[in-house]
Amino acid sequence: MIGIDWYLALSAILFVIGIVGVLIRRNAIVVFMCVELMLNAVNLALLSFSAYHGDIGGMILVFFSLAVAAAEAVVGLAIIIAIFRNHLSVDILKVNLLRW
Amino acid sequence: MNYLHDIQAFLPGVIIAFTGLITILLESLKRDVRTMYGVSAAGVLAALIAAILSSTSEGGTAFTDAIVYGGWSSFGQVIILIGTLFSILLSADYLKSKSLHFGEVYAMILFASLGMLVLAASNHLITLFLGIETMSVALYVLAGLMHYRKTGAEAALKYFLLGAFATGFLLFGIALIYGSTGEMTLTSVAAAASPTPLFLAGSGLLLTGIFFKIGAVPFHMWTPDVYEGTPTTLTGFMATSAKTASFVAFALILVRMVPETSYESWQSVIQVIAILTMIVGNVIALVQENVKRMLAYSSIAHAGYLLVGMASGGYSAVLFYLFAYTIMNLGAFGVIAYFERTKNFDFTSIESYAGLGSRAPLMGVLLSVFLFSLIGIPPFAGFMGKYYVFASAVQAGMIPLAVIGVLASAASVYYYLRVMVYLYFKPEHKPVHLEKASVLFTATLILLAASTLYFGIEPLVSVTDLFGFVTGISP
Repeated sequence: MIGIDWYLALSAILFVIGIVGVLIRRNAIVVFMCVELMLNAVNLALLSFSAYHGDIGGMILVFFSLAVAAAEAVVGLAIIIAIFRNHLSVDILKVNLLRW
Repeated sequence: MNYLHDIQAFLPGVIIAFTGLITILLESLKRDVRTMYGVSAAGVLAALIAAILSSTSEGGTAFTDAIVYGGWSSFGQVIILIGTLFSILLSADYLKSKSLHFGEVYAMILFASLGMLVLAASNHLITLFLGIETMSVALYVLAGLMHYRKTGAEAALKYFLLGAFATGFLLFGIALIYGSTGEMTLTSVAAAASPTPLFLAGSGLLLTGIFFKIGAVPFHMWTPDVYEGTPTTLTGFMATSAKTASFVAFALILVRMVPETSYESWQSVIQVIAILTMIVGNVIALVQENVKRMLAYSSIAHAGYLLVGMASGGYSAVLFYLFAYTIMNLGAFGVIAYFERTKNFDFTSIESYAGLGSRAPLMGVLLSVFLFSLIGIPPFAGFMGKYYVFASAVQAGMIPLAVIGVLASAASVYYYLRVMVYLYFKPEHKPVHLEKASVLFTATLILLAASTLYFGIEPLVSVTDLFGFVTGISP
């Protein structure tokens, strides 16, 4: 029997990998993938908490979070295409992210 | 289970949702854009009436405790819908001049508005998440409306990537709070919460997500770029309605979810953020040359004043401030949108407004009214809003907070008055041909200016009469 700690540890590791990826990668699509990784890490945590508490609420939230991630992907990829058309690159340093 | 009662409790949201669907259906039937414009404005008006009616009724919860209605939450919905209505009314002319007048714009405004209504009524962590995301995804689309311009595409990318990043934190916060308590309804979370590391970490992450949405320092980085790149009237929509929704949700969380034992530590975190937000927002606004960026930093500063009210527990003051801020800020963005309609001249820098006070006297006066109100000079609504917020800080014994707030808002006089100096006291660079605004556009702006004045002269009395909104109503 694997305890809840292991699931939570995995979820936290995935979440941190996602954060680090968002902060250090330059390609907008990779950054977006890292955001998705963060959301999926949370889904894992929600599922394990849900099973741990014997409560269905967390699993329902996972469904919503999957649907939201899909909606975000639709809008996000469209925006990245628009950026590519303007700059012929999806490098976020070239689009000057986070200036003063 | 009484679904009719639940639907009636959330009637404004239901009306907005159906209007949004009808609008997008009409678009697919290739109707004239003006039809979509009329339908969406009528739908928002109907929802506004429903919200005003329900704000006077007895409050309660609906959809198995997922949402709250009545009292503040409904008053928040009233403010959101006022913001939506005026944004729609002001958008038509402006978007036409930029060749951006599509029916989908109205559908997206309506869906964003639906998300805001859900957010302002959320009593459950799932509704909170869904509200924020419905609002944000629709706003990402609106931010990218001018995607053929570099600034527009950049604004959308920044807003989207940072917004999705913040969503990750918010969702992780929700997961940790759920994990430590096993509950998702706000009141049950408060009952089951204990200050374990898991719960504290979850609260911190949830706060981070909310601070991002209200644009508080140090999570404000996206605001200026997004405000600059978004079509101006829609920037007004983002700055007012979206902020109102996030603040009402924040108040609901503070009152309903935070257990009394840890309330003080939340307060001190909010105080620190409020001070940072006021100072950074005002100081950076001083050096801005672009009008929209200046207004973006000023909106960060206003979020700081609102946080003062949140920290001191003056939620009614915060609501009045949000109401005043919505009408005056939408007005200011509306006048800027009027100038930006001009072809062959770029109205982005403050210098370009030189001498316009005599060329467009009415618009000059209107802009001055809104800017005076944003400064917080009596007799305008902005003054009363600031007065209530700082008074509640003084009452709660947070004197230093109030003093810093007043000093910061004194600094803000400089950058607002600077625009007026250019309007009236500088010579025109070269004669510009300003296009005439439609009657509806001008009437909307005059109405906004008149209500800025009206709610400054008799503030809470009239608000109480109108909405049954009194300081005593619990959320």
